[in-house]
Amino acid sequence: MNLTHRSIRSVCHFININCLRNFSSSKGIMTSSRHTNSKRIEGLDKNVWVAFTSVAADPTIVNLGQGFPDIPPPAYVKEGLANAAAVDKLNQYTRGFGHPALVKALSQVYGKVYGQQIDPFKEILVTVGGYGSLFSAMQGLVEVGDEVIIIEPFFDCYVPMVRMAGAKPILIPLRVKCNKKTNIVSSADWVLDPAELASKFTSKTKAIIINTPNNPIGKIFTRDELQMIADLCIKHDTLCISDEVYEWLIYKGHQHIKIATLPGMWDRTITISSAGKTFSVTGWKLGWSIGPEHLIKHLQTVMQNTLYTCPTPLQEAVAQGLLRDYELMGQPDCYFSSLAVELEGKRDRMAAILQDVGMSPIIPEGGYFMCVDVTSLNQDLSHMGDDEPYDYKFVKWMIKEKKLAAIPVTAFCGDASKKQFEKYIRLCFIKKDSTLDAAEAILKNWNS
Amino acid sequence: NFSCYVNQYLKIHSSSLIMSRQLHARRIEGVDKNIWVEFTQLAADYQVVNLGQGFPDFSPPSYIQEAFCKAVNGGCSMHQYTRAFGHPPLVTILAKFFSKVVGHDIDAFEDILVTVGAYQALFCTFQALVNEGDEVIIIEPFFDCYQPMVKMAGGKAVYVPLRPVSRGKALTSADWVLSSEELASKFNSRTKAIVINTPNNPLGKVYKREELQLIADLCIKHDVVCISDEVYEWLTYDGAKHVKIASLPGMWERTVTIGSGGKTFSATGWKVGWAIGAGHILKHLKTVHQNSVYHCATAAQEAVAVGFQREYEHFGTPESYFLQLPERLQHKREKLAACLESVGLQPVLPEGGYFMIADISSVKVDLNDPSTQGEPYDYRFVKWLIKEKGLATIPVSAFYSPEHSKDFENYIRFCFVKEDSTLSSAEAILRNWSNGK
Repeated sequence: MNLTHRSIRSVCHFININCLRNFSSSKGIMTSSRHTNSKRIEGLDKNVWVAFTSVAADPTIVNLGQGFPDIPPPAYVKEGLANAAAVDKLNQYTRGFGHPALVKALSQVYGKVYGQQIDPFKEILVTVGGYGSLFSAMQGLVEVGDEVIIIEPFFDCYVPMVRMAGAKPILIPLRVKCNKKTNIVSSADWVLDPAELASKFTSKTKAIIINTPNNPIGKIFTRDELQMIADLCIKHDTLCISDEVYEWLIYKGHQHIKIATLPGMWDRTITISSAGKTFSVTGWKLGWSIGPEHLIKHLQTVMQNTLYTCPTPLQEAVAQGLLRDYELMGQPDCYFSSLAVELEGKRDRMAAILQDVGMSPIIPEGGYFMCVDVTSLNQDLSHMGDDEPYDYKFVKWMIKEKKLAAIPVTAFCGDASKKQFEKYIRLCFIKKDSTLDAAEAILKNWNS
Repeated sequence: NFSCYVNQYLKIHSSSLIMSRQLHARRIEGVDKNIWVEFTQLAADYQVVNLGQGFPDFSPPSYIQEAFCKAVNGGCSMHQYTRAFGHPPLVTILAKFFSKVVGHDIDAFEDILVTVGAYQALFCTFQALVNEGDEVIIIEPFFDCYQPMVKMAGGKAVYVPLRPVSRGKALTSADWVLSSEELASKFNSRTKAIVINTPNNPLGKVYKREELQLIADLCIKHDVVCISDEVYEWLTYDGAKHVKIASLPGMWERTVTIGSGGKTFSATGWKVGWAIGAGHILKHLKTVHQNSVYHCATAAQEAVAVGFQREYEHFGTPESYFLQLPERLQHKREKLAACLESVGLQPVLPEGGYFMIADISSVKVDLNDPSTQGEPYDYRFVKWLIKEKGLATIPVSAFYSPEHSKDFENYIRFCFVKEDSTLSSAEAILRNWSNGK
């Protein structure tokens, strides 16, 4: 891979020059105005990941940006895939809505978690990552003109997906509670204002999207908080799309609660999970939606008209992995618990590193990201102009000057909330010790 | 007792308590039926010799299976996200490979999008380019997903049929042609795109250069995008040559060419596909992709990249899988055609692809199945064949528009990309049935 070529391209993305358009025009290729984008994707071409991941791919940069592990997945998961690929049949198409072995394994695992029977064929859909489940839910259930409530900060794809469905995103921010006895801020201190939330529900509200544990803050919604949301869903007869891809990454003293298990919520909730996050294999891109038949069937319709089926050997391997961990559920050997234990240590280390250099991290209750307020570093970025929020400028500067990559948190919020979040950057800590060592070294030497 | 009744009532009708307004989005109305969902379930429910859905029952070539294993056992990065628009080794080799074939310098990072199968490439293309009210010309018979995808994008499908020119002698797919006047009449100011599929599913037609030129001329005249589904591009028989419409003058800048790793390497379950075309169009497909699935699986892309690298080195030589596979399939095609003829079915010999259609008009059966009452004749026939004879095929009227399907209820589709033993079993079923008449 030609690094120079890639760097040039990254620079182009960075400073927003469409290099190729100039190149094409100079070659005299006629580009017709009729071959423009359809209305549904108008304004949806920008994407924080496209902008930042290419730059961070430079091996000299310590990458705590995009959310993927640089530690290997468990050996039995990789073996499962190698074994699956050796079976002829498993290299050909499987059932469109989900490989039978996989949906049956999911039915077992989640039947236990939910405490109810889950029909593998009618109440589960396998998708291309949690991302694919979000898309199927939006396309299947969200109508042009609907409103969809999104809690800030949010995983950035929610807004463009709502817009692509022709609906209007209605944003409401988490806000940090005052009156803290200590200086340590936890993700639990970021809460919704009940009156503000209630005011967002209108007769046009089709759904609310929640993400617990939350990316980027790491908040785990409590039962009371979920009940408040549930009460509003039921009162206003709306749907709930619950993104729970980090459901197993729960740190000590906290509990992950599925809103779909609250009274009256199963019938109106789609719950989304991810094999990539569960088994540390983000590159497998498998996820699933679980919900009642009368909702899942619409996601299945979207699936059969978008990509029809997911890769077979990967689904077989995830099925085997789930069955193995199902037997171990509740025991320390179960990967669902052991990964959380391993990450808690990294979380605490990351927090200590940041605190040592005077920064204020938000200690996450779950997930594998940590947001940190960089105000105390007093970094003057006025030379970088005025057209971007502070955190975008800070991250670009930090990548260039300090060789450390993170993600700006305003990528996860709407324009109105940018001022609230623009001093925060997001760090991913599902990284091996040597990566965290390197990050520590950079931060310790910040002022030298 | 009363409260018991109320609770029961509420339980049964709980779904009607959800949303007094409509649950589902209008965009998915009318696209909920799907022949694959229906017929693959049937084939699974009955013990069948399966010549229905299009996938090989033999293994992919060993070198590609090895490539996959190697990727799986490779470093950490093989199991984590790769570049969203396509794994760099894959887009690089695709650009190199297809630049040679198309005769145009393809930019790996601007002109290619890797997708979850060719199916997703089609979806991205329609979503990226078709607005409410745009017309999209579809040539019949067509791979069934084009119609619901156009509908879901709010477009209007306009159909133009291939028709058999000669009657009474053995037909090949080459005998099914477009009328140039009829085709021209379908283009108007609202036409956004035309979808072509060569080699064609289900017919097996391999469009000749002159036929593609006819289409190209109209695309250029009316400033229309051409969506060219070429998933079977390496599978041509009897020396028929696959021509890429994107290689015709004036077509590169208005064509999206779609390919499939699954069909190329006999590994349909890997779901690695791609769209190749001018950057100013591909960028819109990328926007759809980044807002729908964003990434495709890394290891499978790595394996397909290794496969193409190997094929690039062996291109045109006897070691090339792209020559070996069509040779193997040519013989299977002959075997099945001979068998069908011998039992009174009239096959249309395909010039390319995975499939053969056969005219079932001369076969009279008592389709004594009340569960299929009211369905098109070929649907009923296929279901009868599954349930009574244990042989799975696909009804061809599924590949026609609602307007024209009534005229084509006398054909069924066979997939011959199967082990010889599977084809022999099918043969035995057909012979027994024929002898028993």
